[in-house]
Amino acid sequence: MQQAPILEVKDLACERGDHRLFSGLSFALGPGELMQVQGVNGSGKTTLLRTLCGFMQPVQGKVLWSGRDINEWDDSFHAEMCYLGHLNAIKDELSALENLRMSAGLAGYSVNEKQAVTALRRMGLQRREHLPVKVLSQGQRRRVALARLLIGDAHLWILDEPLTALDVGAVGLMQELIGEHLSNGGMAIFTTHQPLQVSGVTTRLLNLS
Amino acid sequence: MNKLSLAGLLGLVVRRDLLLAMRRRADVLTTLIFFVMVVSLFPLGVGPEQDMLRKMASGVVWVAALLASMLSLPRMFSADYADGTLEQMMLAPQSLTVLVLGKIVAHWMLSGLPLVLIAPVLGLQFDMSTQALGMLVLALLLGTPILSMIGVIGAALTLGLRGGGVLVSLLVLPLCIPVLIFGAGAVEAVNSGMSAVSNLALLGAFMIFALVFTPFVAAQALRISME
Repeated sequence: MQQAPILEVKDLACERGDHRLFSGLSFALGPGELMQVQGVNGSGKTTLLRTLCGFMQPVQGKVLWSGRDINEWDDSFHAEMCYLGHLNAIKDELSALENLRMSAGLAGYSVNEKQAVTALRRMGLQRREHLPVKVLSQGQRRRVALARLLIGDAHLWILDEPLTALDVGAVGLMQELIGEHLSNGGMAIFTTHQPLQVSGVTTRLLNLS
Repeated sequence: MNKLSLAGLLGLVVRRDLLLAMRRRADVLTTLIFFVMVVSLFPLGVGPEQDMLRKMASGVVWVAALLASMLSLPRMFSADYADGTLEQMMLAPQSLTVLVLGKIVAHWMLSGLPLVLIAPVLGLQFDMSTQALGMLVLALLLGTPILSMIGVIGAALTLGLRGGGVLVSLLVLPLCIPVLIFGAGAVEAVNSGMSAVSNLALLGAFMIFALVFTPFVAAQALRISME
């Protein structure tokens, strides 16, 4: 019997180059919950998110997904999460459409052109689908990267500064997307310096530092 | 949305790398032109002594192939590392080993296969016999994939290091010595009228051995480099 998906962090401590960023961090995130990680520059927001993905090992403590340590999970944990980092993970030489289909493929989904175009249109990239990404603006590139969230059925979204370079319209769109994701039983943890209000959901705040 | 099979993922990675290379053709051409130039310098430097050229031909072509394949190794993961694609690859729900295998196949098609195809033309400069040329192509066909496979481990280990380009050559070149010996040896054997079967068999064995182990090892090396 599969336990309900839940992300638990127990007594977590992380270091970066011998410098202790935070310690004794514990929280749990369940379906429909949204958590914003706050803290000054260098307080370990990105490190926390990367630790949750399993890129980095904590000095102390554990990260559990559905009650099991993420290091003990096989790759199926990765199928249930979607990570969006500082870097967009898109190729300048490829078009927005090609980029989205490639990144969806890496995430394990086979997406046809129509589905990809629909996702890009939703992100406000009409008539930009076939342009090489190098001619797009920073904000448009971020939108291409964010379109990945529309593909697939990951429970857990881990978003590192998702609002960077986005205009007001796109920020509204992100709020809408996160709201839909949460109402479908998903959960999200993100960092941002901008206020992000999702209607009907209380954002839980996690303050590092 | 359909789930992607393992074979589908392998195909996707190969297609993606080939597509990117087609949009950045200069990278592929530099490897090939380097190979052509290095091999062509020898007849010019040594002079038109046919006996000597014939004797050194296979060694020269193999050493040049080795150096040319080192040239493209640092680029194997660096672009994916810089733009964050590698992070997404590590998070792929399918095995990272298969992804790495896809990168190896694409790398060989872009930097190994062109050398195999151009080698007989270059061999003519050394007055090689038809049989020797045929054997050279066959040996390169078996040997160049091994170079890509050993190279991928070096590329993964040196990812993100300053001066990684030189370091990867220093790491990988010594490991390629057996391939060089048996690859050049196969052509030598044909030249001296002996059978090259043992050389080819050993190259084939190396290739299978590398195919089984190197993608997995390189995937582990990538995980270490990402921390």
